[in-house]
Amino acid sequence: MGLEDLSHNFLTGSLEELVKWARRSSVWPATFGLACCAIEMMAAGAADFDLARFGMEVFRGSPRQADLMVVAGRVSQKMAPVLRQVYDQMVEPKWVISMGVCASTGGMFNNYAIVQGVDQVVPVDVYAPGCPPNPQTLIHAILTLHEKIRLGELTRRSPGETGAGIDLAAEPARPGWVAPPSGVRLGTPR
Amino acid sequence: MSLGFLGGFALTLKQVGEPRVTTPYPGEKVAKPPRLHGRHVLNRYEDGMEKCIGCELCAAVCPADCIYVRGLDNPPDAPVSPGERYGFVYEINYLRCIHCDLCVEACPTEAITESKMFEFSFTSRSDAIYTKEELVVDDDGLPRHLPWEDWRPGEADHTSGWMRATSPSGAVEYEGEVQWSGELGFGVRPPEGGQSGNRNDEATGNISIRTVERDKISRRLGGRVRGT
Repeated sequence: MGLEDLSHNFLTGSLEELVKWARRSSVWPATFGLACCAIEMMAAGAADFDLARFGMEVFRGSPRQADLMVVAGRVSQKMAPVLRQVYDQMVEPKWVISMGVCASTGGMFNNYAIVQGVDQVVPVDVYAPGCPPNPQTLIHAILTLHEKIRLGELTRRSPGETGAGIDLAAEPARPGWVAPPSGVRLGTPR
Repeated sequence: MSLGFLGGFALTLKQVGEPRVTTPYPGEKVAKPPRLHGRHVLNRYEDGMEKCIGCELCAAVCPADCIYVRGLDNPPDAPVSPGERYGFVYEINYLRCIHCDLCVEACPTEAITESKMFEFSFTSRSDAIYTKEELVVDDDGLPRHLPWEDWRPGEADHTSGWMRATSPSGAVEYEGEVQWSGELGFGVRPPEGGQSGNRNDEATGNISIRTVERDKISRRLGGRVRGT
């Protein structure tokens, strides 16, 4: 959007703050409940904990309208390509919260059927522990994500993270960042 | 033309005086149920020695394989624990732990218990692996607070209360008997209320679920408006 060409000064700095404030005040989650963690995610959206206080009460049915994917539950090997496709369909900027131990590491399902950590498939911003995390833990993770949006860069993801629109091989090499073999792309858009 | 929609407005107006159910979380937490399983603490005896003897029973019983313990012989001149060995490596991966409390049940020395702090999240996987330095209580017997945790007063006070409510092998005549050692900063904790009704809720900080849920039920059923 042309912002990265501007040098940092008083005006663009304030604009950046404004854009970040707007982004973190309206993080809309995609509906992606996979297992029992989704029940707690629904509870967080309901009146008792009321995610509307953070401007994110609308769980969008379409990934095109969502900014945040809360991976709530264990991801089976069969579900992983679907998860990646939903992530690819979301528009930038987008974030991922890995909710619960099953999504984060496979949890107690250390077997052939479950992906051992959803960060093998999508880049995860915040991990929420617990089995399942209660709504307050999820809100804590969301607040951590807000803080990450506030402190993060506006136009680029940090090196090592992989957004769907970023061609990994074409990314310029930066210090401390190891480029993957050429031609490697995570997930193939249909 | 029907005026049936007025009934809907009447229902909405009737709810205005009802208790507010929303918990404004970052400002205030829901009252924790008495037996909530949260983040672990590694306890110490009242003289400051560590309770963990490195027997690895917790790691053996863990269904999620999230605990890693290595025992080592105590140095004779400066022992860390009163037993023969001590746990010189103790790690819990909170991205695997399901807070089932089986480690607490397996521990022969009540070295590991669970606090009621459950509000924490990580931005990297390495943060989630708690080492012994982070799990062992400090010199006041209180858990160490890490930057990504949200501790509130009272959450470290009554760790793993159910352990002191049940009796060994289910023998009812042992219920309410003190069969655990003292802890640094807290002393010997009193027995929690078990199923026989033998309880001292003031001393153990036990609150009933009814009290926890009181903010959320209708006023007609005994609910109250928050803050009154």
